[in-house]
Amino acid sequence: MNGDGITDVSGFPRPPFEFEDAEERVIGIREFDGERDALMRMYEEYDPGDRAQGIPPVRGDALERWLDSILKGVNAVSWDGDDAVGHATLVEDEGMDAHELAIFVAQSHQCAGVGSRLIRGVLSLAYERGVRDVWLSVERWNRAAVRLYNGVGFEKTRQEGFEIEMATRLTES
Amino acid sequence: MKTVLGMGGTDDSIRALEHTLDRVADTGDDLTVAVIENPDSVPDSDEVKDRAKEIVEEHEADAEIVHLSGDPGSAIVEFAESNGYDEIVLGGGETSAMGKIQIGRVAEFVLLNSHTSVKLVR
Repeated sequence: MNGDGITDVSGFPRPPFEFEDAEERVIGIREFDGERDALMRMYEEYDPGDRAQGIPPVRGDALERWLDSILKGVNAVSWDGDDAVGHATLVEDEGMDAHELAIFVAQSHQCAGVGSRLIRGVLSLAYERGVRDVWLSVERWNRAAVRLYNGVGFEKTRQEGFEIEMATRLTES
Repeated sequence: MKTVLGMGGTDDSIRALEHTLDRVADTGDDLTVAVIENPDSVPDSDEVKDRAKEIVEEHEADAEIVHLSGDPGSAIVEFAESNGYDEIVLGGGETSAMGKIQIGRVAEFVLLNSHTSVKLVR
């Protein structure tokens, strides 16, 4: 599972925190605290073209089941006022001491620095919760995502065909 | 229509077989189950062949079961093309704990190399 990726979370902001994004909106990043309805609203409006490997599911009941399963892990949410505009989640692999990461940013808040703060925030939170090994898979053509993951220490562990797998180990210096 | 289903023994390939048997029961299509040596599957090809036979019998269906040796992707593509099949059916991949679909190596190879239409069962 481990490549050579190392992520030092000591420089990462730990939720809760606020910042001003590239469009001068004040964005708060906080740990998920039961705001399931706000996340449902974000995912119901999510652009199907921004889905990755089948998630988030588009249809209502599949979406609800998926959301319930991932909300058991470590979750951080980006807020613009009362609107959820980003969500990062780590889900534990059954029987393995590793967590799978995924991150979603609403179309209205992409390319504004929300994703890069959110991923740092969720990794810092995950470290605090005892998570060490993190992996993810990303479609090969999604270069913006690969850059984001590289930027926080992820390294490729497998690349054959349509998707790339990346992994890192969280540390704190 | 002549359909060949590639089955390596992973859970998604078993679901694909069950789905396809239900389909051919409706359509009357001609189905061949090709047991392939999937490196990602734990059971060996004899076990997979027995399992395929069981499932076909449970569905009271009539399907020929063949064993293809060698590289699974190229074996199924070559088998389909040289025997005049209209469609290759494969399992549509496993999903991770996160729910992300991960397509297997055999399906990737077949999608990129087959001149026969390919169906992935979800």
